[in-house]
Amino acid sequence: MDFLVFQYPMITVQACLDGILLGVLFALIAYGMALQWGVMNIINIAQGDLVILGGYIAYFMYLYGIHPAWGVIVAPVIMYFVGIAIYKLVINKVVDRDLFISILATFGISILFMQLMNFAFGADVVLANSGYGTTMLFDNNVVLPNSKIFSAFISILFAVCLVIYMKRSKLGRAIRATAQNARAAKILGVDTEKVYAATFGINAALCGVAGALISITFTIHPYMGLPYTIRSFMIVIVAGLGNLPGVAMSGMGLGVFEEFADYILGTEFRIGSVFLLLVLILVYRRFKLSRKREYLK
Amino acid sequence: MRLNKIILSFVSALVILFSTSVASFAKVVGDKIILGAAISLTGKYSSNGVHTQNGYNMAVDRINSMGGVKVGGKTYKFDIIYYDDESNPKRAAQLAERLISQDGVEFMLGPYSSGLTKAIAPVTEKYGVPMVEANGASRSLFTKGYKYLFAVLAPANLYLDVAIETAVELNGGKPVRIAQAFEQDAFSQDVRLGILDAAERTGSKIIIDDKLPKELNDMAATLVKVKQMKPDVLVVSGHTKGALTAIRQIAEMKVDVPMLAMTHCDAAKLSKQHGKNSQYALCASQWHKSLTYKDDFFKDGMTYAADFEKEFGYDPPYQSAESSAALLVFKDAFERANSFDQKKVRDALAATNMQTFYGNIKFAPGGQNVDKPMVLFQVMCDDAGKCENKVVAPLKWASAKLIHPVPKWSER
Repeated sequence: MDFLVFQYPMITVQACLDGILLGVLFALIAYGMALQWGVMNIINIAQGDLVILGGYIAYFMYLYGIHPAWGVIVAPVIMYFVGIAIYKLVINKVVDRDLFISILATFGISILFMQLMNFAFGADVVLANSGYGTTMLFDNNVVLPNSKIFSAFISILFAVCLVIYMKRSKLGRAIRATAQNARAAKILGVDTEKVYAATFGINAALCGVAGALISITFTIHPYMGLPYTIRSFMIVIVAGLGNLPGVAMSGMGLGVFEEFADYILGTEFRIGSVFLLLVLILVYRRFKLSRKREYLK
Repeated sequence: MRLNKIILSFVSALVILFSTSVASFAKVVGDKIILGAAISLTGKYSSNGVHTQNGYNMAVDRINSMGGVKVGGKTYKFDIIYYDDESNPKRAAQLAERLISQDGVEFMLGPYSSGLTKAIAPVTEKYGVPMVEANGASRSLFTKGYKYLFAVLAPANLYLDVAIETAVELNGGKPVRIAQAFEQDAFSQDVRLGILDAAERTGSKIIIDDKLPKELNDMAATLVKVKQMKPDVLVVSGHTKGALTAIRQIAEMKVDVPMLAMTHCDAAKLSKQHGKNSQYALCASQWHKSLTYKDDFFKDGMTYAADFEKEFGYDPPYQSAESSAALLVFKDAFERANSFDQKKVRDALAATNMQTFYGNIKFAPGGQNVDKPMVLFQVMCDDAGKCENKVVAPLKWASAKLIHPVPKWSER
């Protein structure tokens, strides 16, 4: 059992592809998290719940006969404004406080969102069918659902657009300036309040896209948000803050790692092994950091 | 000033104390037998919690309107105090305490799910309160020696072993190769134990044995293994998430397996959400409306389903049917005990031997119902894509013939 990967070599190819396709989607969520973490110093526990809310938008479009793939465009628009609203109501009051307060605040938002979604949409597990079919490779030994390929493609598209937007646009420059030094940016005339609101809105919009994709590829449920928060948190930790290409790499890396852990160690160790990796990376980081500090002394 | 404050708080404490004790109910008030139930009306079990509540309410109305419960020559009516346990075991246990010690309830109905029943059972046991539950199937509920717990449903380990036996039978009595994937929760792991037993009994081999995480939404890895190793049967249990995820990914990955057996298909509204992709899935069910059990209150499954639909606007899932059956069991026990003494009612419950529209009910010493087999239905769709669940096993109740092996995806 343990060495399925060697018994059936095609599993290796399958695991790599599955991991990458999954990882790209997670990286998109993590990307939003990294952005607002970097700019506002807020760890958003409600990240996963924003994702699920985006999923419900696509699901409702599907219910009303619109192809759920359009959710990829509609969900971020709605979620952008949801994000701005959350910012104006809660986040702007905690943005300059310490990390603990912002974690508590977003944790509260997360619980509120879960209950509201449960209240509004019910506790049933739902999904949107895209009807995209399947791609078969290598004599039918490797199968890739087209919905996953579509998700990965859209994720990459949005990530690339965002990177360009960050580099080229005025707002993008303002966001980067604020991330580097909020006070200095303020002195130089950047309206940081607006930048924060926009950042939170962009993050929510990214969650909306990811949510729509998740409703097409997996299932959604009001209480399924937390695993997405944790996953994106992990990706950001592994990549390190302010390292956006790193987020993409660590997203895919974790995806592939997880798939292999599944085949080699067994499904029950899948999540555990990812957490173990996280601990190892943190310990390694700390080790490296302490050496650096000593050197500086 | 300070003394005033102390007096004030003392008085208000007294007021609070009195107001709660005045509000408390006795077990039987006037002509009412008051039952208590903590139900998940909010939180992740809320859909099934509502199914449970609807089942209880339907039976209460029916029994009350058809003459009520006759004890000691007097007629009583059922009434239920509900509390919302928020799908949280700790809260459920607190509410059970509250129902018993504050509200004075002396007879309880079960909550939804094995986990919550597990949380409540020690409390009802401590106070010697008989509880008839309809939604906790985990085997561990029945091995703890509880004396006051009675479950109208078959235990979880019996959910899918019929499937394995059917597969062996169709294989000419020869052992089969089984792939299984179960969520890591009390219920699904009990289903797994049932499969392990069935495999041992039939000499079958388990070639894939995956444990899925609680936040399961992806089982592609398991399905890749299935695709490569080609088992004869694939068994999946992970509540509604598991059922929906399995069907979606099996269809997307075009996994061919001769038999696919699952739990929670009707709760997941499988055929509605997945349409033709769910075709041929075999599902374990406690009850199906086409079964021909009978009683005086609901007549039979078909009538129950029609009445339920009229009242609540949807086809009853088995969670509602078994909940209704719990009330029938209580009524029967009260009348046989001819008393409201908890011990006497408990003994009457233990001696239950009756048929309801939901099935025969007879409790083993552990409290589980041993007289009602599980049924397996298969999702069958017509060419227009309209799908229906048809009972295929056990043969006694079958309304359609099992389609086996499941046609390959390339031929569908």
